[in-house]
Amino acid sequence: MGIRRRLAEKFVPDRVRSRMNRIGIELGPMGVDPFGFEPTVAKYAATPMEQLYRRYFRVITDGIENVPEGRVLLVSNHSGQLPFDGMMIGAALFFERDPPRYVRSMIEKWIPRLPYISVFMARIGQIVGTPDNCRRLLNNEEAILVFPEGARGISKTFDKRYKLEKFGTGFMRLALETNTPIVPVAVVGAEEQAPALYDAKSIAKFLGMPAFPITPFFPILGPAGLLPLPTRYRIYFGEPLKFEGHGDEDDDVIQKQIDQVKSSINSMLHRGLRERDGVFR
Amino acid sequence: MIERDTVLTTGAAGRLGRLVVQTLHRKYRIIAVDRRPVRGLPKDVTHIRSDLRRRALDDVFRSQNIKAVIHLGLVHNPRANDDDYRFNVLGTQKLLDLTSKYEVDKFVMLSSANIYGPHPDNSLFLKEDDPLLGAQSFPGIRDLVAVDRIVQSFFYRQPNVETVMLRPVHIVGPRVKNAPSNYLRLERPWVISGFDPMIQLIHEEDVVRAMLLALNPGIKGVFNVVGPGEAPLSKVLKILERKTISVPGLIAWPMLERLFRFKMTSFPTPEIRHIQFNCIVDGALARNVMKFEPRYGLIETIRSVRGFED
Repeated sequence: MGIRRRLAEKFVPDRVRSRMNRIGIELGPMGVDPFGFEPTVAKYAATPMEQLYRRYFRVITDGIENVPEGRVLLVSNHSGQLPFDGMMIGAALFFERDPPRYVRSMIEKWIPRLPYISVFMARIGQIVGTPDNCRRLLNNEEAILVFPEGARGISKTFDKRYKLEKFGTGFMRLALETNTPIVPVAVVGAEEQAPALYDAKSIAKFLGMPAFPITPFFPILGPAGLLPLPTRYRIYFGEPLKFEGHGDEDDDVIQKQIDQVKSSINSMLHRGLRERDGVFR
Repeated sequence: MIERDTVLTTGAAGRLGRLVVQTLHRKYRIIAVDRRPVRGLPKDVTHIRSDLRRRALDDVFRSQNIKAVIHLGLVHNPRANDDDYRFNVLGTQKLLDLTSKYEVDKFVMLSSANIYGPHPDNSLFLKEDDPLLGAQSFPGIRDLVAVDRIVQSFFYRQPNVETVMLRPVHIVGPRVKNAPSNYLRLERPWVISGFDPMIQLIHEEDVVRAMLLALNPGIKGVFNVVGPGEAPLSKVLKILERKTISVPGLIAWPMLERLFRFKMTSFPTPEIRHIQFNCIVDGALARNVMKFEPRYGLIETIRSVRGFED
């Protein structure tokens, strides 16, 4: 083991290590799962994630017991310009649930083109969001996090906060096809971490990005402006919803089922907004 | 297929071809066709030195009661020229024509999982009916894609021939010399900075076993043939104790292109994609239908590229 590796080991607390041993994901003979997830690497990422979870966003988690064993789709609202909401949902399931669950989230198709980031994402268990990948993971009884609002949700401007954008239908069809329960998730607090006043669409198009948010801090402060505000997060896990069907129904049938998920997320969002008295408290 | 039936094998002079013939001749009567001279074939194997496109092949089919054809005789030349393209496509076509004309029961074709192509937005675990995009970024293999398609359409047009297409992952072993095994034999292989794709390898003897299974009556269709699992490229190289040279993609591409043009390397530039992106296939069909299980473990398979000395 090299010096760097040994130094890094020192910073990993035992509770992270012991939780990582209990996630129940099958690994190949080299400690890597077929998708490239490597818990020995992921534990280095889990350590700062815990600090973010407990110290920075001071997350309050509710209803974690609603996340069942076996295959499950976690469906959440998406906000905050940068996907800290996804990380915190993952951290909640890893640090708060017993036994811990290691969530896979579906990343954008262009991420595997990026050097270093592509490898990092693969090693911490994040996977390109194709339906085939999703299906395979669910059939392996894994937990998958999806944001059906996608880029529309995360990059919305501050005036649209806590209003759900249109949901894609793919997740519902997959849930029906693979007979997977859906756990609705609501994240309160992420909207305010980077309040976007304006989305400069022309710049975004030029840079090939899904959005180019102008916040009070970005791009004026440069890369430092990307740092989210330390708002307090509240994450609510709703009761699992089970839907009947095959996944090839007409859009209007699927839409009705999606509306159920949406209204469950919406009511948890409202509850969260009622329960907090201040963005940072 | 019963014992001592006649099997015609193309590409028998190749390294994998010789291994196939050496394994099969214990069970079947083998006619080995290759335009190259063949050395080291068992005595009971008939060798016919001919180009697949020549008339000599017609005579073989007419005079011998051939029960199965195993087609391995594709040219995988990194410096592909027009004749290689024509040889692969026309040779395969000729073989298929004779197969249907002389009512051969079985046609087994060795294709490759490479023809799906390594792409950043690939799903992991491509299935047999996923699109063959390999030639999109590597025009040098478009003849291999074309051959795969010709055989697929033959499968549908000639239902009374049991056509089997095997698409194995990177074949490695002590004998074979192909791009992946040559790469793994490098003492100081290049890797692309910041990329570490998942790799699937299969031992040459496991591929031969898959071919034997493909000869079983009733087996037909397209099958991905997967070895003992997946591993990141970095771990594969670690097991071989290689000292890697990390080259940023922006430098690696133009540099390899020049090296290749001046014949200082035999790796065509687009092969870089194989050490950059995933091209992982799902072998469930071969496992369930052909009952194929690799015998060599992952680490054994990786180490096999070193040859027989260790």
